[in-house]
Amino acid sequence: MNFETVIGLEIHVELKTNSKIFSASPNHFGAEPNTNTSVIDLGYPGVLPVLNKQVVDYAIRASLALNMEIEQETKFDRKNYFYPDNPKAYQISQFDKPIGKNGWVEIEIPAKGDTPGYKKKIGITRLHMEEDAGKLTHADGYSLVDLNRQGTPLVEIVSEPDIRTPDEAYAYLEKVKSIIQYSGVSDVRMEEGSLRCDANISIRPYGQEEFGTKTELKNLNSFNFVRRGLEHEEVRQEEVLMSGGIIEQETRRFDEKTGKTILMRVKEGTDDYRYFPEPDLVRLSISDEWVERIRQSIPELPDARKARYVSELGLTDYDANVLVVNKEISDFFDATVTAGADAKLTANWLMGDVSAYLNSEQKELKDTALTPENLAGMVKLITDGTISSKIAKKVFTELVTNGGDAAKIVKEKGLVQISDPEVIRGFVTTVLDNDAKSVADFLGGNERAIKALLGQIMKASKGQANPQLTNQILMEEINKR
Amino acid sequence: MTVFERTSAQLQESLKSGELTIAELTKEAFDRIEKLDGDVQAFLALNKEQATAKAAELDKVPFEERGPLFGMPIGVKDNIVTEGLETTCASKILEGFMPIYDATIVKKLRDAGMVTVGKLNMDEFAMGSSNENSAYKTTKNPWNLSHVPGGSSGASAAAVAAGEVPFSLGSDTGGSIRQPAAYCGVVGMKPTYGRVSRFGLVAFASSLDQIGPITRNVTDNALLLEAISGVDEMDSTSADVPVPNYAAALDGNIKGLKIAVPKEFLGEGVGEAAKQSVLDALEVLKGLGATVEEVSLPHSKYALAAYYILSSSEASSNLSRFDGIRYGYRSENAKNLLELYKQSRAEGFGDEVKRRIMLGTYSLSAGTYDAYYKKAQQARTLIKADYDKVFENYDVIIGPTAPTPAFAIGANIDDPMTMYANDILTIPINLAGVPAISIPCGFENDLPLGLQIIGKHFDEETLYRVAYAYEQNTDFNTKTPALWEVK
Repeated sequence: MNFETVIGLEIHVELKTNSKIFSASPNHFGAEPNTNTSVIDLGYPGVLPVLNKQVVDYAIRASLALNMEIEQETKFDRKNYFYPDNPKAYQISQFDKPIGKNGWVEIEIPAKGDTPGYKKKIGITRLHMEEDAGKLTHADGYSLVDLNRQGTPLVEIVSEPDIRTPDEAYAYLEKVKSIIQYSGVSDVRMEEGSLRCDANISIRPYGQEEFGTKTELKNLNSFNFVRRGLEHEEVRQEEVLMSGGIIEQETRRFDEKTGKTILMRVKEGTDDYRYFPEPDLVRLSISDEWVERIRQSIPELPDARKARYVSELGLTDYDANVLVVNKEISDFFDATVTAGADAKLTANWLMGDVSAYLNSEQKELKDTALTPENLAGMVKLITDGTISSKIAKKVFTELVTNGGDAAKIVKEKGLVQISDPEVIRGFVTTVLDNDAKSVADFLGGNERAIKALLGQIMKASKGQANPQLTNQILMEEINKR
Repeated sequence: MTVFERTSAQLQESLKSGELTIAELTKEAFDRIEKLDGDVQAFLALNKEQATAKAAELDKVPFEERGPLFGMPIGVKDNIVTEGLETTCASKILEGFMPIYDATIVKKLRDAGMVTVGKLNMDEFAMGSSNENSAYKTTKNPWNLSHVPGGSSGASAAAVAAGEVPFSLGSDTGGSIRQPAAYCGVVGMKPTYGRVSRFGLVAFASSLDQIGPITRNVTDNALLLEAISGVDEMDSTSADVPVPNYAAALDGNIKGLKIAVPKEFLGEGVGEAAKQSVLDALEVLKGLGATVEEVSLPHSKYALAAYYILSSSEASSNLSRFDGIRYGYRSENAKNLLELYKQSRAEGFGDEVKRRIMLGTYSLSAGTYDAYYKKAQQARTLIKADYDKVFENYDVIIGPTAPTPAFAIGANIDDPMTMYANDILTIPINLAGVPAISIPCGFENDLPLGLQIIGKHFDEETLYRVAYAYEQNTDFNTKTPALWEVK
């Protein structure tokens, strides 16, 4: 490519406070339309906003987690625009004094083929608090307005234009998402709209300092769509420039079906929202003590947790990364290890069978019967040789669907591993006696014949024979023949 | 004759003695409204059925459970929302609007046992100083029906002056309580910004609006302010400052009081009679032991421009919610969303409101914000500093409330100096956020004149003390207009 891509992301995150940012209405997803509302959310004449302090706590927490400075003398502003999702015809937001500024996160791009992996810091310009708008559903000839979401607290996180590839954008999103999730201020569920992302992208010839004209991408409803939308857009922009055209400053919509970006509207100059300080709210002074109190309340964040997994639990960098990305899995891992399970083995199970099960069933851990305690019970049985890994798969199926205690299941179903050499020798000699052909093949130099024999022995023991011991005894016995 | 000549303390005595009941008191209000309001045109909506039922209920409450305002009838300016009682802000855009909640102060009136008799006319969305900008009717000055009552709380002042109700509530953004109080010869208080909750006051300019009481005498005014004051968790700009017992300050003692008289308040444009009435008042106060010195408020000259930019900017945003979607007037002719917005607002708002929305929208626009809105905020800071500085050395500032008495309906003030004086006397007080009271202090051509006493932040107490001392030594507040004696 002749061009360098420049990307900046705007991420909106809904905060999971009990009530809305400026009213006492409940703040939760999925209620009947227009039931989580009050005269304040409806923008009735005479109503006034009152700031929910929990929103400020959460915004400070998110800012600190993203390595930002806190603006201690901050305020709210009105952003004026007419639209039916916005009952006051202005959104209360923060304009020139966002609560968080000058932050960063570090992303890690894994090696791809010959391209080596690398780490990179992405700057975060600002984080500000604002109220969400209502939701419109357009039908044929009319539109429905649901104001449940009106007044839901949001933080908007704006990155520096430091991102250079769609992969970096993806990694940045994942990183911000996991940090926000770890800080406990949002569910960050893109499918419920509690995390939303718009992307600004431009390209410029390598070596040019000045940015190219950017386009804004909307309707990016998953991290993959963000990546695909950006991949399409960088190619499109290059094609336009190479064919002698110019890039217009415009808003484009990502089409999930075609994977293309489609023009929504051309921006003529900048929108004038006539921002001015919100006179119905007082200026907000955030003391050092307040910031400190929030800093103390921040739980362990992904980077710190990853470092702990590597240094204290001996996981590989890669495994630690995979576990940490999803907080639910990672918390589950911690609890399982705390319950006495071996860390590496637990990690393998969570990244392997557990993840595979969750993917195929489209479930989250909390929707299964698996608990850190019963998983730990199972892992311990593997570690002490009571069950083989193969048997463990049966136990796992039972645990994840019906729950229960691993040791009890093993006992009840008679799944205990057979480690008595004489019992195993019995299985071995019977199989060897019955399959003279495979014995002859092996002794004649066909090493693969051993696998067929092993399979028969395991089958005869209903899979319960200790695999290592069986292998050892089989070799002893076959070499006697 | 009407019992509304009496103070609320006297009325409480009459209730106690059995001479009067609350039901009779309420009936008196509706009777007088029926007789007089054809001329005065103060009320937009009456609450007769509910008020009558409420009065009968209140009559059953034992005397020892009653406060000083218990059972008193009150009229409420129509920009204060009242659940189940039409609230229009005197605008067509809110015609038929029935609020589904009560303003905080309406709840406070109820807690005090007061009886809301109806809603009072005003200039549309409180923009104006004559009540001529109402979409529904022009309220008349009870002293002379061909003159305006002032504005925007013109009807609140007129209803009290005509003895239709003994109490009313107004709102003051740039003089809207004080100027009509002066024009109608009654007592009007604009409290400190933050003293009274604004929750349920339909906003004109949020950083300037304040609700305040209008009464015929200082004592009743103090009682009503005490009843409606105090921090409100629904209004972040309401101040958590203790509410004193204002009536306790009414002892007539102003010995040692230091009065500042700004030279800007008695300069060109202020009528001779208004000027003389203030000078006379100062003599009265000196005689009671006060000292008077001239001071200057040098940045007053920027007040008018700053006020119009800031109040219009805020109004342009505050009034955006009237879009025809959820409540109020909706144009029948719109074919799409944009037309619905444009036509509903074009047909629903009056000219003055539109002018201010345009001015405010312009002032806030990206290319003009720095030169207008921001500059105006800077001017506001300087004006506030002027007042802070004077209050370092003085207890109160005194001047006229208005440069002239009420003007005739339809008469535009065309003398620019009078217009200027009109504005600098009341507007800077809102920009500074300090309290001020207007009390009757004289007449010119049988129309009342008002004395304005301005105080420190949250020092309404001193204003009442001075106003009461003055009232006790003059008889202006006992005068009533001719129509008062209606049969």
